[in-house]
Amino acid sequence: MNDALLKEFQALVGKDNVMESEADRFSYAYDAAVLESVMPGLVVRPQTREDLGKLVKLCNDNGLPITVRGSGTNLSGGTIPSKGGVVILTNALNKILEINEADLYAVVEPGVITAKFAAEVAARGLFYPPDPGSQAVSTLGGNVAENAGGLRGLKYGVTKDYVMGVDFFDVDGEIVKSGSRTVKCVTGLNLAGLMVGSEGTLGVFEKLILKLTPPPLAAKAMMAIFDDVNKACETVAAIIAAKIVPATLEFMDNFTIRTVEDFAHAGLPVDAKALLLIEVDGHPGQVADEAEKVEAICKQLGAVRIQVAKDAEERNKVWEARRAALSALARVSPTTVLEDATVPRSKIPAMMHALEGIADKFKLTIGTFGHAGDGNLHPTILTDRRNTEEWHRVEAAIDEIFDVALSLGGTLSGEHGIGLAKSKYMEKETSRATILYSRRLKKALDPKGILNPGKIIGE
Amino acid sequence: MADMHELLRLLGELDDQLVSCMRCGMCQAVCPIYSQTGREGDVARGKIALLEGLAHEMVKDPQGVQDKVTRCLLCGSCAANCPSGVKALDIFLKARVILTGYLGLSKVKQVIFRGMLTKPGLFNTMLGVASKFQGLFTSPVNDIIGSSCSKFLSPVLGDRHLMLLAKTPLHSEVPSLDTPAGKSGLKVAFFPGCLADKIFPRVGHAVLKVLSHHGVGVFLPAGQACCGIPALSSGDKQSYEKLVRANLDLFAGKEFDALVTPCATCTSTMKKIWPAMAAGMSKKDQQRIADLSAKVMDVNAFVADKLGLTPSAPKAGAVSVTVHDPCHLKKSLGVSAQPRTILRMNPAYNVVEMAASDACCGCGGSFTLQHAEISSIIGKQKRDNIVGSKAQVVATGCPACMLQISDMLSRSGDQIAVRHPMEIYAESL
Repeated sequence: MNDALLKEFQALVGKDNVMESEADRFSYAYDAAVLESVMPGLVVRPQTREDLGKLVKLCNDNGLPITVRGSGTNLSGGTIPSKGGVVILTNALNKILEINEADLYAVVEPGVITAKFAAEVAARGLFYPPDPGSQAVSTLGGNVAENAGGLRGLKYGVTKDYVMGVDFFDVDGEIVKSGSRTVKCVTGLNLAGLMVGSEGTLGVFEKLILKLTPPPLAAKAMMAIFDDVNKACETVAAIIAAKIVPATLEFMDNFTIRTVEDFAHAGLPVDAKALLLIEVDGHPGQVADEAEKVEAICKQLGAVRIQVAKDAEERNKVWEARRAALSALARVSPTTVLEDATVPRSKIPAMMHALEGIADKFKLTIGTFGHAGDGNLHPTILTDRRNTEEWHRVEAAIDEIFDVALSLGGTLSGEHGIGLAKSKYMEKETSRATILYSRRLKKALDPKGILNPGKIIGE
Repeated sequence: MADMHELLRLLGELDDQLVSCMRCGMCQAVCPIYSQTGREGDVARGKIALLEGLAHEMVKDPQGVQDKVTRCLLCGSCAANCPSGVKALDIFLKARVILTGYLGLSKVKQVIFRGMLTKPGLFNTMLGVASKFQGLFTSPVNDIIGSSCSKFLSPVLGDRHLMLLAKTPLHSEVPSLDTPAGKSGLKVAFFPGCLADKIFPRVGHAVLKVLSHHGVGVFLPAGQACCGIPALSSGDKQSYEKLVRANLDLFAGKEFDALVTPCATCTSTMKKIWPAMAAGMSKKDQQRIADLSAKVMDVNAFVADKLGLTPSAPKAGAVSVTVHDPCHLKKSLGVSAQPRTILRMNPAYNVVEMAASDACCGCGGSFTLQHAEISSIIGKQKRDNIVGSKAQVVATGCPACMLQISDMLSRSGDQIAVRHPMEIYAESL
């Protein structure tokens, strides 16, 4: 970066908010995806939304690629910058601008931390359901840009179901407004919808309008233990077929169960082939009724044992086991590749069967857990990226996981995004025309190609 | 060792530990410094990425990396909250040693660590002299806390409100002890630590009173050295190992059931850091460390867990006391219930909780001197939470936290006393 341009950035956001040292820049060269680091040319941390807009314009005027970054927890490389590009941090734009209890919405800046927002909303007796695994650190801007999911997806939907409006900057730094504070709104093109899951490639978020709901009054959790993966999967289908939609319906395979038990000593049955962790919520009467029905279905379909949580402490124990899943797996080996290929839920038995085959074929350790209720499994490959030979097998296995998911009518990514990691598979799921259409759209909105280039649709 | 190849080789030895970080970023939720600055280089993930970058020659500037690695309170919040169990503290301490080996130790630190700290007799004498003259340069500001401030020293210490060196350090009044186990049937080795010896001897006396009350025998050898953490956190392994060996010579192989300290940082250093950093030491020292570390206990934990206490209900009109959980007790050693049990042993006090009692106070040893501004911002939040609890006293099991909290409360003019839990229990005996 030349001195004159650097001075312009410093004049715009203040010297303290421009990072140019090698050490500072390198600490924004990566995110949570297992990909190569790419060194940005500059990192800026605007303190106001107004400055954010001016920064976008300054970058566009100078043809500098921008990667907007919240907390950098992206699992598909969406926040890995372009070489020499500018990383714009949103984490100083972290104000909750409004929580409207009468009209059930909130207006936030993009850098608000998801869990802090959810807690603030809960303190007003309301509920913001999306709960991605990284919610303790992830930003709402990042959640919207990735259309993040979470454990509650089955019943409550994902981030897109809570986005009522997005105000964003175009490449000239002008504000584009979309959506509204009303439940119904058909004014103009659905640009907010276009922004959701756009991974920073089409605009830079200025503020978000998010939907809130009343919280469920009661909840009941239980753990069902199976000696056969198929029986567990059939149980999932049967629960939905009985017109019950649990808030969470999570699955763990035998490898994950054993690893969690080794790590957390939660009293899990290590010989079980599969576990379902189920929680129903809603009105107390409905919860009691549904919990009873779910228990009966589990029994009927061959659960070896069912543990229903009697109180908050037992409920917490059930979820502790699930929360420990990724941690426990991550400790087994140096590198943890967490995939999120998703299939229609009726295809989960076929997917599980295929994953076992892939683990055998490529001689890899794969632990699978995840959101069985919505078909979003997390096959987790435990490896060491320093072992080149094994890493090649990992890459081949990932290719095959995607092939299988697509052949079952599924999708490449349930909730982690396409980013850099899965961009090359896009055409397999969609079509050449889809890629070209998307590229034309991007070219029209971002003629110089500065907005997070290379993500989703390649360059 | 101003040799880049050697630097890369030593960093390469850390590779197995570095690679276990999966870059999930969960450490951002708990890092006291990151919560102030929002900068990735300040949080564990960033520091680990930088060390890996340096090891693999993607980053070329060791000084830049060292500057990031030392912007750290060593509070261990990241390690305690890490999903993949990365031993961040071990990594950062080893990295500081490696980088200091390459970049060199500053002249000031050479004088302090190599010239003074590693010579306990000389160190004691010098501070003894200083304690006679400190009154000339300082003036008392807060009677409840007992703090002073100093215009004369402000170029070095800023606006800090100091706790002065005690007139009579513990080692002058109680040079050594070796008493047999009494009615408890137990005997402990007592390691007061520098701060409880030189600034808060009242804490050392309180510990001795409680131990004597319970019939616990005490082995207190003269000439104890610092636990070594100040030298190690500055990357001075030479001084650190010298201090560890000096203490091993005093304590190893002696008969006692536990080695207790009233200092959270000394406890976690001796219990966890000594074994983690033992690799370069002799086989004999490694064995002595393993044997001794196994016996190290926080004094609150020893008294509460080994002596069978039965707390009583607070009396009417009891003084309210709130608890600050030192990082090196709760996050490092999982000790948080015991200090509260100790406080409940004195019915004249009533324990009330503050918000975020386990949030770091911002001291971090020499961090508070090198990064005074961030340190005091973090400390101010702790102060606000203490004041918010409406307690009349704040108790904490770490003299370093006591210093920082005294400074923060005193600067705001708060009339809240800062005590060690053992002092409050001892008061009732």
